[in-house]
Amino acid sequence: MSQATMTKDTAPTPAPVAPSLAGKRLPRWSPIGFGALSLALAVGVGLAADWQSKVQWGLIAAILFVVLTFIASSAVEGTRQAKDRVATSFVWVCFLLAIIPLASLLWVTVSRGLKVLDGYFLTHSMAGVPGFEVGGGVYHALIGTLEQVGLATLIAAPVGLLTAVYLVEYGKGTLAKAVTFFVDVMTGIPSIVAGLFLLSIMLMFNLQPSGFMGALALAILMVPVVVRSTEEMLKLVPNELREASLALGVPKWRTILKVVLPTAVGGITTGVMLAIARIAGETAPIMLLVFGSQLINTNPFDGAQSSLPFYIWEQYRVGSEASYDRAWAAALVLIAFVMILNLVARGIARWKAPKTGR
Amino acid sequence: MTTTVIPPDSPPSPPPPPPAKATPTRPGDKIFRGLSRGSGILLLVVMASIAAFLTFRAAIAISGNEGNFFTTFDWDPAGNPPVFGIAVLLYGTVVSSVIAMVIAVPVAVGIALFISHYAPRRLASPLAYVVDLLAAVPSIIYGIWGALFLVPYLGGLNSWLDSYLGWTLIFDKTEIGPARNLFTVGILLAIMILPIVTSVSREVFLQVPKMNEEAALALGATRWEVIRLSVLPFGRSGVISASMLGLGRALGETMAVATVLSPSFLFSGHLLDAGGGTFAQNIAAKFDEANEFGRDALIASGLVLFVLTLLVNGAARLIIARRKEYSGANA
Repeated sequence: MSQATMTKDTAPTPAPVAPSLAGKRLPRWSPIGFGALSLALAVGVGLAADWQSKVQWGLIAAILFVVLTFIASSAVEGTRQAKDRVATSFVWVCFLLAIIPLASLLWVTVSRGLKVLDGYFLTHSMAGVPGFEVGGGVYHALIGTLEQVGLATLIAAPVGLLTAVYLVEYGKGTLAKAVTFFVDVMTGIPSIVAGLFLLSIMLMFNLQPSGFMGALALAILMVPVVVRSTEEMLKLVPNELREASLALGVPKWRTILKVVLPTAVGGITTGVMLAIARIAGETAPIMLLVFGSQLINTNPFDGAQSSLPFYIWEQYRVGSEASYDRAWAAALVLIAFVMILNLVARGIARWKAPKTGR
Repeated sequence: MTTTVIPPDSPPSPPPPPPAKATPTRPGDKIFRGLSRGSGILLLVVMASIAAFLTFRAAIAISGNEGNFFTTFDWDPAGNPPVFGIAVLLYGTVVSSVIAMVIAVPVAVGIALFISHYAPRRLASPLAYVVDLLAAVPSIIYGIWGALFLVPYLGGLNSWLDSYLGWTLIFDKTEIGPARNLFTVGILLAIMILPIVTSVSREVFLQVPKMNEEAALALGATRWEVIRLSVLPFGRSGVISASMLGLGRALGETMAVATVLSPSFLFSGHLLDAGGGTFAQNIAAKFDEANEFGRDALIASGLVLFVLTLLVNGAARLIIARRKEYSGANA
C-alpha cells in the first residue's frame, strides 16, 4: 500500500499530454439530461393526445429515454457503449418494477386500513355483528393468531434447533445427507399441503378442529426455515472455540450448549423470528384445520378459533363495504406485526453478528 | 517454577488414580446426541407420513370416483354419481405459474444484477432488504390487494392486449367483466415469487470469481459485456434453480389465487376470460361445502400438487447441490 503511494508520488509526471486513450464519452450529466428531455416530450405528447392515464405518460417517457440514449450514445461513443447504457437502464427499470408493487401495497393497506382501526376494533370480537354491517373487531383473531403461532413456535423451535445441531455438530453419512435434502424440499411444501396432511389425520382419527391442529401445520412449515437459518449460523461459529472447550475436558454436549449456541444466539433468534413472521401470515392451514369463529375462544386445544389472516379472508368473502374496511384494518395489523418482527430480527442479526475471529 | 519443585525426600505422592476408562460416552452426550439425531429423523418421518396419509385418503377418493381423475372437466364429488377430475386444475396451475415465471425471471435477474453489480456499494444491502420485504408480506394481503386494487387497474391493460394482440387468440377477451382471470393471477404470482428468485440469483452472481470479471474488464469490455461474458454464464445454473424454486412457490400459492380468480370448471385457452382454477385455489374454494368424501377428493388433488412441488423443488435443489460441488467458489 505505502509502496504503491510512494511510487505514485515519485513517478515522473506523465509524458506531454498524450491524446487520451479513452474514446469520446457523453458528459456525466447526460442520463439526467435525457431523462428530463424525454419526460418533457412525453408530457407534451400526453397533453396533445389528451391521455388520462399517467401510466401511459410514464411508458412513453421510458421508451423515449432508452431510444434517445441509444441514438446519442451510438453516435458519440459507439454501439458497444450504447448497448451498455441500454442494459443499465433495463436493470434500473427492473429494480423500480419491484419497488412499485411493494410501495403500492403498503400504501393501500395503510390508507384503507386506518379507516376503522382503533382501540374498539382491537378489543372487540365479531360476536353478534352481521358481516355486512359496520362494527365488530379483531380481538378474537388476535388471540387465535398469538396462541397458534406461539404453540407452533414451541414445537418447531426446539425441533429445528436440534436438527440443525445434529447436521452441523454430529451429522455425517447418509442420514445427514437425507435430512439436509429433505429440509430443503420441505421448505417448498405449499402451506395448503401441510394443512391437508393434518386434515387427513383429523379424518382418520375423528378429531375436531382446534387451534392446536393449526399450530401443528404451522410447525411443519416453520421447522425447515429454522433449521436452515440455524445451520448457517452454527457454521459461522469458529472451530477454535469448540476445540478450546473440548481441550479443557468439557463434554461435547456442554460445549454445544454453553459455547456454540451462545455464540450464535443472535443469528438463531433472528432465524426463529423470521420464521414466525412467515407463518403468522399463513391462511390455508387455518382454514382447513381451525375453521374460524366469530367468538372469543382462548383455549387452543378445544373448538374452532380464528386468526388474523383467516379473519381477512372471511371478511373479504362477505363482500360488503364494511367488511372490506375490516379486512384492510386487519391486514394493517397483520402487516405491522410481520414487519416489526422482521425489522427487530434484522436488528438483532446486525447487533449480535457472531464474531468470526477475523 | 521454583515453587513447584518437590523436595526429593517428601512422602511419596498418592498413587495416581487408575486411568479413566476410555469412555467418551458420557450419559449427557448420549442423551443430547440422541435428541438431535431423533429430531432429524422426526423430520424424515413427517415427510414420509405426509406422503403416506395423503396417498391413503386420496386412494379412498379415487376409488369412489365415477369419472376419470385425470381427464374429467368437473368437480362434483357430492353428486350422484360422484365425479371429479383435475384436468382444469392442472391446466390452470401450470398456465398461471408459467405466466408468473415469464414475467418474474427476467425482472428478478435484472434486480439481482442491479444489487450485485450496478447499485452503489453502500446502498446494495439496504436495497436487497427492500426486495426481501416483498417476501415478508403475507399471501392473503397480496390476495386482497390483488382483488380490490390490482384487478380494476388491469382492466385497461386487458382491453389493450385484447385490441392489439387479440389475434393471438391467447389474448382474445371474449366476454366483458373484471380481470379476474389467469393472466392477472400470473402477474400477482410473479410479484410474489420475485424475492426468492432475486435472492438466490443474487447469491450466485456475487460468487462469480473476481478474476473472470477483471479479465473481461482488462480486455476493455463494458460493464454489460462483463456481465454477458462472465457473470451470466457462471450464474446460469443458479438462475435456473432459482426460477424453479420460484416455480415451486407459484404452484402452491393458495390465498392470492383464491381471492383474485373467479373460478369455473371450463377449459379455456383465452387467458383474459375469467375462469379456470388451480389446485390450491380449488381446495380453498370447495372446502367449506365439502362432505367427508369431498374432502378426500380435495386431498387427492392436494396429493398431485404435493408431488408436483416435490419434483420441482427437488430438481432445483439437486441443481444447486451439484453446482456447489464443482464451483469451488464457496470453498
